[in-house]
Amino acid sequence: MTVDETFTSGVSLNLAPNEPILTVRDLVKEFPIRAGVFRRQVGAVQAVSGVHLDLYANETLGVVGESGCGKSTLGRSLLRLIEPTSGSVMFGEEDVTTASKSRLRELRRDLQMVFQDPYASLNPRLPIRDIVGEPMVIHGVSKKEARERVGELLKRVGLLPEHGNRYPHEFSGGQRQRIGIARSLALRPKVIVLDEPVSALDVSIQAQVLNLLDEIQEEYQLSFIFIAHDLSVVRHTSDRVAVMYLGRIAEVADKDTLYGRPAHPYTQSLLSAVPVADPKRERSRQRIILQGDVPSPANPPSGCRFHPRCPVAKDKCTTEVPELRVIGEGHQVSCHFPLEAGETLLQRVQQLGRTPVMSTVK
Amino acid sequence: MNDESPLLTVDNLSVGFVTKGGIVQAATEISFEIRRGEVLAVVGESGSGKSVTALALMRLHPGNAITTGDVDFDGRDLLNMSDAEMRSVRGSDIAMIFQDPMTAMNPVFTVGSQIVETIRVHDSSVSKQDAWSKTVDLLQLVGVPEPKRRASQYPHEYSGGMRQRAMIAMAIANDPKLLIADEPTTALDVTVQAQVMEVLHEVQAQTGSAMMLITHDLGLVAGSADRVQVMYASRLMETGTINQIFYESQNPYTMALLESIPDVDGLKDRLEPIPGNPPSLLNPPSGCAFRPRCNYAQPICAVDKPVLVSVGVEHESRCLRAHELGADTEALV
Ligand SMILES: Nc1ncnc2c1ncn2[C@@H]1O[C@H](COP(=O)(O)OP(=O)(O)OP(=O)(O)O)[C@@H](O)[C@H]1O
Ligand SMILES: Nc1ncnc2c1ncn2[C@@H]1O[C@H](COP(=O)(O)OP(=O)(O)OP(=O)(O)O)[C@@H](O)[C@H]1O
Ligand code: SF4
Ligand SMILES: [Mg+2]
Ligand SMILES: [Mg+2]
Repeated sequence: MTVDETFTSGVSLNLAPNEPILTVRDLVKEFPIRAGVFRRQVGAVQAVSGVHLDLYANETLGVVGESGCGKSTLGRSLLRLIEPTSGSVMFGEEDVTTASKSRLRELRRDLQMVFQDPYASLNPRLPIRDIVGEPMVIHGVSKKEARERVGELLKRVGLLPEHGNRYPHEFSGGQRQRIGIARSLALRPKVIVLDEPVSALDVSIQAQVLNLLDEIQEEYQLSFIFIAHDLSVVRHTSDRVAVMYLGRIAEVADKDTLYGRPAHPYTQSLLSAVPVADPKRERSRQRIILQGDVPSPANPPSGCRFHPRCPVAKDKCTTEVPELRVIGEGHQVSCHFPLEAGETLLQRVQQLGRTPVMSTVK
Repeated sequence: MNDESPLLTVDNLSVGFVTKGGIVQAATEISFEIRRGEVLAVVGESGSGKSVTALALMRLHPGNAITTGDVDFDGRDLLNMSDAEMRSVRGSDIAMIFQDPMTAMNPVFTVGSQIVETIRVHDSSVSKQDAWSKTVDLLQLVGVPEPKRRASQYPHEYSGGMRQRAMIAMAIANDPKLLIADEPTTALDVTVQAQVMEVLHEVQAQTGSAMMLITHDLGLVAGSADRVQVMYASRLMETGTINQIFYESQNPYTMALLESIPDVDGLKDRLEPIPGNPPSLLNPPSGCAFRPRCNYAQPICAVDKPVLVSVGVEHESRCLRAHELGADTEALV
């Protein structure tokens, strides 16, 4: 693919090897809760509460967690599609959270986002050509040139250049997600935040889009933040994985460590809850069933936010917030009593003399 | 009826919807059985006709639906009985659990009063007090904490997982012989899904009811079904026991579906997507509906429409090459 120089003139980064392309520190996003006639603030939804993350060049960092744990809020805050309450997001040397409006526009060439809902995220009144070409036109590319490149981009994501004349409703979910991806690629970004890019798609179509993402990542030298709630999909796509619970990072590690010897009790229970599409494996699993629901982020539990559901919590967990700390190479966990390598949650529960609630799958 | 006879026998069921663009053939010549106490899973992509089939059994389709075929439930002809008779079958003999519990619950009544109502509509001789205490027991059974207090709350005061439990309680209130669960956990988080599936299994073990579990999650199927039927473009593609479908499939669509999903244990390096999209139901392709996406297709597949053929005990597949598949499948591509 021939690429005009104007498309690569985003922010120039001189990253030392092993220096993250994106460094997130203590990121907080609270949504005010208002009540009464005067709409006074009576509280806050603590959607993201002090998140630390590093994203390295050309890697995929998976972000997983249950509904409402703050994944989308985190993703949007990184690009300042919503204003974070506090904390910093360094893109190379530059703090995205303090950039001026015009500078932010420049930065957005490099930082792009793809959304979950392929139905809501594309303007229904615009032809595909304009949807995909819009970011280029905004950034001063001539209409003619933009049009040519739209054709190339559509081909790249597996559509036909002629599709440019059609409107979003004429496409299936998977095709619309390809269109969203083409649009995000238009300015040759360095980082793309993918918020549940395949969650709305049927499994057979999911695999098409996942494979496409794989290919363009290599071809365009992209770094991905891949947000999803499906742990199987995340294992498949990610190099490293961060598990979120109620606005915080519970655990981060390379994927083999995270899936192979998870140290956080939440990670272990989350993984054991995922059904596997293999009757023999599925029926021979020992599974601890977590009790209760995820509490509301408007009123998060004290201490470790997981403690009311944690089957191995102790007194300290109810009062002291566990900080994210290093327990192995590239392996961080926020738990006062992380599981040892090879130790299962069930063993720990039994060692504490408690009775776990186990699944009785037939 | 004796215990050997199937609980439900569906024979040649078809459902079409009259629309501006023509007739949408949403379920085509569907025949199957559900046996007493078993779990039959129905899987397939979005739009393949899973819900349409289930709703047709319950006669819950809108006016633009044309339904043909026969449905026998425990010796009774569901498609030809009176509306009043059908109403009494629904909610007592057959109960349905939906993806969105709010479709089954009324927001202006308390959860408890709705379950009481369900019990008393079915049997008006039950006193209010007795129905209320049965309601509390049911909520307890499905794992709603503090069931006495919770029974007097409104649906919006329940969390998503709790509402799903309440709907299950309502569904089993009259000891149905058949539970139809249409994506019962799709809207739930995975840890809550595990709780709800557990409740469904317990309920089933206690009441001995059969279950038709509609889902697109092959993991759930692997953990709970006795038999599986796979749908594609309004038709049954393959039916078999859980092991036949997962380990000895003789249908290209089923095989492709299993290849396309990632595995949480990391056992797959590459996903094999199914190319293209499912066909339009308004004008389906000639021959086999899966042919445009099929790895095994041959010229004949564009001409002849495959029928379901027996490929083993209890095992049927709709594919012109069904008998060749299964053994050394790779060599056939
Ligand atoms: N604009 C907003 N105003 C108030 N609260 C919000 C807003 N956006 C999100 N929230 C709340 O913040 C919390 C985190 O939401 P978020 O959408 O980030 O979760 P998520 O992890 O992406 O969930 P899902 O998996 O359902 O997409 C939730 O409790 C949500 O209700
Ligand atoms: N009332 C209706 N009028 C016209 N078409 C309909 C109607 N109800 C369903 N259909 C169509 O029938 C087909 C089968 O739908 P159905 O709801 O059974 O799919 P499904 O397999 O349950 O999919 P999903 O996994 O998305 O729930 C779809 O193409 C749908 O659009
Ligand atoms: S800190 Fe305590 S409550 Fe939190 S996960 Fe660890 S053991 Fe459980
Ligand atoms: Mg989200
Ligand atoms: Mg459905």
